[in-house]
Amino acid sequence: MFRRLIERMRGLRQAAPYLLRPANVNADRAKISIAQLDHHYANKVVALKDVNLNVRSGEFVCLLGPSGCGKSTLLYALAGHVAPTGGSVAIDGKPIHGPGPDRLLMFQEAALFPWLTVRGNITFALGARGVPRNERRERADTFIQRVRLEGFADTLPHQLSGGMKMRASLARALAVDPTVLLMDEPFGALDAQTRVHMQEMLQAIWLRSGKTVVFVTHDVQEALMLGTRVVLMAPRPGRVVEDLEIHLPMPRSLEDPSLDAMARDIRHRLRASEGAALEAPPVEPQQRRTRTPSSVPRPSIVTGR
Amino acid sequence: MLKWAQKLGMIALLFALWEGLSRSGVWNKHLFPGPLEVVQTLIAMARDGQLGGATLRSLGRLTRAYLMSVAIGVPLGLLIARLAFFRNAVKPVVMGLQALPSICWLPLALLWFGLNDSAILFVVVMGSVLGISIATEDAVNGLDPQLARVARTLGVRGPRFYFGVLLPGALPGIVTGLKLGWSFAWRALLAGELLFVSGGLGQLLTMGRELMDVSQVMAVMLAIILIGITVDRVLFQTVETRLRRRWGLTA
Repeated sequence: MFRRLIERMRGLRQAAPYLLRPANVNADRAKISIAQLDHHYANKVVALKDVNLNVRSGEFVCLLGPSGCGKSTLLYALAGHVAPTGGSVAIDGKPIHGPGPDRLLMFQEAALFPWLTVRGNITFALGARGVPRNERRERADTFIQRVRLEGFADTLPHQLSGGMKMRASLARALAVDPTVLLMDEPFGALDAQTRVHMQEMLQAIWLRSGKTVVFVTHDVQEALMLGTRVVLMAPRPGRVVEDLEIHLPMPRSLEDPSLDAMARDIRHRLRASEGAALEAPPVEPQQRRTRTPSSVPRPSIVTGR
Repeated sequence: MLKWAQKLGMIALLFALWEGLSRSGVWNKHLFPGPLEVVQTLIAMARDGQLGGATLRSLGRLTRAYLMSVAIGVPLGLLIARLAFFRNAVKPVVMGLQALPSICWLPLALLWFGLNDSAILFVVVMGSVLGISIATEDAVNGLDPQLARVARTLGVRGPRFYFGVLLPGALPGIVTGLKLGWSFAWRALLAGELLFVSGGLGQLLTMGRELMDVSQVMAVMLAIILIGITVDRVLFQTVETRLRRRWGLTA
């Protein structure tokens, strides 16, 4: 029986790469293009090093990696909350300077205004985006329905559960209708059950709206459940290791066995990238030799032959 | 229920002790009247309109001065919190002046405005405006950074940010500052009224002293305590509790 299990696992692992294919997006066809992005904080910590990423319109890209890999920094650079120290970030070919109406950032916390009701939070945001006063209420109610919060429109945030707060926050984000939705571990603070519900709801809404989403998470299952693409990142320095397309039809279910197989494969790759960094820091000459053969002095190659 | 019983029990105990001490004759009865006599004097003063008139005058002054303090203090606090010039240059001045007890302004006020209401108003305003502006600055700086960030990403700026995010976000803290400012103003007012003839509660106290009427002095003190508690506990406490509940700051 044990042997059969191993055989099955092996079979699944072989199936996984078929579902995960390297992504290849040209910069000129991309909605979001990030080129040679570097960022280091004032304390000299290198958060990002030479990150290149192109995202097509309507894609759902998950940035996946352990803490400290710079995934949140990358997201904040896209949002315009962090000004990167090097490289370029552009949306529709226009470089990003600060937050803009085409993008919206969602946080791990719902970040609702506590003195406003659910509807008040949405209408306030709509007002800031210049929606005429008489249209705000109707539009707010549409999105309250979309996240299934009917009956809670006049409730204050502190009277809602964690999941409901997040749904209200999602309704607010969708109501202002950005073309790019940036999400920073939005479900990280929720309990497991609620998280699954939120993932299913987000998927349904995304399938319907066709928005471009960049979603930061450290949860492999979550990334595979939601994304059309998963970008693996590694820390010290923060960088992109792999960029894979997920070929699995939507809507997906967390129970899908092929998802499990993919998750195992992804975890393996993440561990490999992290392990390499831990075992051999990039300053070691041996490491440098294997990584960039062009920089290796000629004589050693000659003796090698 | 138990809390109230304890509270009332303590007050009853104090009054009984006071009455007992007064009756024991340790001190001259004229200099240390018991609570029964003091309450009687209080009722008599309330009946002949002395107390009512003085209270109205004092509270009228207080209201005017306090409204001025709020009108100056809150915007000043906001400016200190938001503009570098005010933070660097004005804040040290405010902090320095705050170290001066408000009654110290009285001699200057008397020289500038003469023996009239304006002098007292000036002292009261100086006593409360700085406290209010410092509390406002604190409250604005203490705004949840998450809310500031979400306002940025939603593109909330300008007046909409000030009146829609910053002020409501800081409101619980500002109300605490207003409460503090009120108690500063109340103290400054009575100190001012004590020092020169003005027709308020403070003057009633001075009059009691001049007439050697200790029970009047004590009766007015009691009235001052009662008014203070009423405004503080009833008015401000209610507003503060409601606000904190709505803002979700209490469990």
